[in-house]
Amino acid sequence: MTGRIVGFCCSYCGYASADLAGRQGLEYSPDVMIVKLPCSGRIDVLHILRAFRQGADAVFVAGCLEGNCNFANGNYEARKRVNEAKGILESLGIDPRRLEMFNVASNQGWRFPRIVEEMVSRVEELGPSPLGENG
Amino acid sequence: MIIGEQKPLKEIISNLEGHETILVAGCRSCVAICLAGGEKEVGIMAESLRLHSDINDLGWEIAETTVERQCESEWVLELAPLVEEADCVLSMACGVGAQTVQALFPDTRVIPGLNTSNMGAPEEQGMWSEKCGGCGDCVLHLTGGICPIARCAKSLLNGPCGGSQDGMCEIDPDTPCAWDEIFQSLKRLGRLDLMEEVIPPKSWIPSRNGGPRKIVKESAVLTEEEKHTKEGLD
Repeated sequence: MTGRIVGFCCSYCGYASADLAGRQGLEYSPDVMIVKLPCSGRIDVLHILRAFRQGADAVFVAGCLEGNCNFANGNYEARKRVNEAKGILESLGIDPRRLEMFNVASNQGWRFPRIVEEMVSRVEELGPSPLGENG
Repeated sequence: MIIGEQKPLKEIISNLEGHETILVAGCRSCVAICLAGGEKEVGIMAESLRLHSDINDLGWEIAETTVERQCESEWVLELAPLVEEADCVLSMACGVGAQTVQALFPDTRVIPGLNTSNMGAPEEQGMWSEKCGGCGDCVLHLTGGICPIARCAKSLLNGPCGGSQDGMCEIDPDTPCAWDEIFQSLKRLGRLDLMEEVIPPKSWIPSRNGGPRKIVKESAVLTEEEKHTKEGLD
């Protein structure tokens, strides 16, 4: 196990992409824990910070492609909050690369394993969360 | 409303040094509207501080709460049980709120979480602009409802100056010239005659030049006897 990665996925695209990857039999790291959101716009800076405080080595948010959000602009809101959280993480001495926003379509099953792979490689590069055993 | 913005997190953390039991106290009024110190921002601040404490093994205990109005003692007194448990309060209200908490709980240190900026209004989502200079001697009736004290970079009473270019101020191409706005407003109102009226030098005594200001409305002030009755002491 490389680390603990939390993926906040919108039900329409992020989660659907993970679902499709599963149905296509594509493999990805078991280190990812998926939290299903009705829309990526539901993500709150607080959710992201709490995931890190509970020991996540990396966190990502997967929403619909830009312009394709089922609720018009939820994914744009999500990106803004991810950027806000990155600023807070940086102030706290946590590398902001541990957090990322991705835009994915529901029919892109192949992309989900790549997103997970990307975050796994970042955790491998950055090492475990600075919370260490405290998390 | 009062406009403020959060201090940088690093500055807040540095100011909290030496404290371990911290109460993060927000306000649901102005600073909640300007997304600086309402319930949501208090939650994020508290979680950020917990994360900082966990990373550095500081053992901080962080409590969080948000009162209706941190500038009024009636609401702030509700904080008493939480303040009792804390060795410091991080006030996420404006400077008025932070001072009210400090005045009511003089034995507990209050640290400001915000920089209080001005009296203004929301311009659009996520954007707030200064509107009132609080000069204590309003001239809006002469200036088409636009405050030259707060909105003119030079606080000119008889403008515009030569720095007004195409309706914008010379200090910044994104800042409208208040006196151009005043002219346009008076034109719309059919009161361009007011542009001819020379506003005489202003008395700044009702402003900060007279020291800290206090407004007393005699009819509302309670006598000692009335205070007694109101507090149910008789």
